[in-house]
Amino acid sequence: MSFHRTFAIVIRQFYLIRGSFSRVVPLFAWVAVDMVLWGFLTRYLDTVAAPGFNFVPALLGAVLLWDFFIRIMQGITMAFLEDVWSRNFLNTFATPLLISEYVSGLILSSIATSIAGLGVMLVIATAFKLSFFVYGLMVFPFLLVLFLFGISLGIFGSALVLRFGPASEWFIWPLPALISPFVGVLYPVSTLPHWMQWISCFLSPSYVFEGLRAIVSGRVASGLALTAGGFLAVGYIFLAYWFFTRIYKNALRTGLIARYSAENLG
Amino acid sequence: MERTLSITGLRKIYGDIVAVDGISFDVRPGEIVGLLGPNGAGKTTTIDMVLGVLRPDAGTIRIEGVDVASNRSQALARTNFAAVYTPLPGNLTVFQNLHVFGLLYEVKNLTKRIEELLTEFDLEAFRDKKCGVLSSGEQTRASLAKAMINRPQLLLLDEPTASLDPATAREIRAGIRRFVRQGTSGVLWTSHNMYEVEDVCDRALFLSHGKILLEGDPKKMAAEHDKKTLEELFIAVAREPLTLGGG
Repeated sequence: MSFHRTFAIVIRQFYLIRGSFSRVVPLFAWVAVDMVLWGFLTRYLDTVAAPGFNFVPALLGAVLLWDFFIRIMQGITMAFLEDVWSRNFLNTFATPLLISEYVSGLILSSIATSIAGLGVMLVIATAFKLSFFVYGLMVFPFLLVLFLFGISLGIFGSALVLRFGPASEWFIWPLPALISPFVGVLYPVSTLPHWMQWISCFLSPSYVFEGLRAIVSGRVASGLALTAGGFLAVGYIFLAYWFFTRIYKNALRTGLIARYSAENLG
Repeated sequence: MERTLSITGLRKIYGDIVAVDGISFDVRPGEIVGLLGPNGAGKTTTIDMVLGVLRPDAGTIRIEGVDVASNRSQALARTNFAAVYTPLPGNLTVFQNLHVFGLLYEVKNLTKRIEELLTEFDLEAFRDKKCGVLSSGEQTRASLAKAMINRPQLLLLDEPTASLDPATAREIRAGIRRFVRQGTSGVLWTSHNMYEVEDVCDRALFLSHGKILLEGDPKKMAAEHDKKTLEELFIAVAREPLTLGGG
């Protein structure tokens, strides 16, 4: 692994964002809109619901964590899509760059851009009287598990686009929406039918949101379940990396890297 | 002395089409080799395989003795390329592009090297301009600057002067010749400009239907095959490859 080559991917993303209003705004605009919307909704629910249950940490907190996960995933895919949009695969992959360095660069870029989004989310959340202190130290494993799962999904999404060509980028955007019903962002997993609960067992974010609700309800979040979620997420990262590498090797065989705009060379 | 590029039995098949059919050739240190042939002859496929972005079905490629298949990163650290169909990302400035690629090639004293290249390729005025707004000639110069950033031992140029005016093309040719004469680098150069090939290349390979049909000194090849000019020989190779013996 070369630090310089990994850093090249990060600095490229920094240059792109620094010089582009249209890249800076999405880093926080949508999460800000989401937080404001859910902030007012939870405030309203607190006024109409029976006293004793606080919707702010249960719903707004969950939305904040879910948005954080989406930002991590999109941070990776956006950095990858920059190469797609600028038709830069040939220039990039004809250098000594290793796939591990490329993917590491995408992950580091994502961390940097996600921190910006998280900062804005926390400021707005404070305005709606949501404090992370409610969750105690468990907030750190919550963020870590979602971070790891976001990375795995980002790498997986990038591999899909690499395989199916530039027009397939729309595969990426609905991925979080496809997962969200199963992981119980806004409701307990027990609400789901049995087959959906079975699937949610295999999705790391389920353990985060179950843990979050446990704390809000005055119970203790299961450390064991969160650890399992963390290991699952790490497993998914390896799986996604393996998938990306396999797609990349196939692209080398078919010539797709050199002629990426052709989308599919068989 | 180690060959700069050594290709043996290189073959690439797409479905039923044999794009490159078992070719073998070398590029020696300090040598400029022209890879000529009609569209679809296999030139770009060959270059893509040397660059490690296309896996051969058979054969070996060694850059300064390093096998591209088994030691891709080390092999590619010794090479670089410029191709008319692969401009630098248009959303970064000339400096930013050179900085990013300099890091990818782990160039020592990168800032100094970038300044040298900006001067050499007359790009100082465009240093902070995004590559996408440059003229095609300026973009080509930026691509060539990127191709030189790591002082490659093997430089691959796929129609590097195709979009340049004659005066700029001549300067670029002189610059590349100077680069080769100063060191031990070898160049593999594709072009459809036969005047350019005669002017620049020490040796030319004529490729047709994925095979090398002819090889020789571009200044003498036309006469050796009873043609008046290299262009006439090129047309003959393109139209009637079988009559020229390789087929």
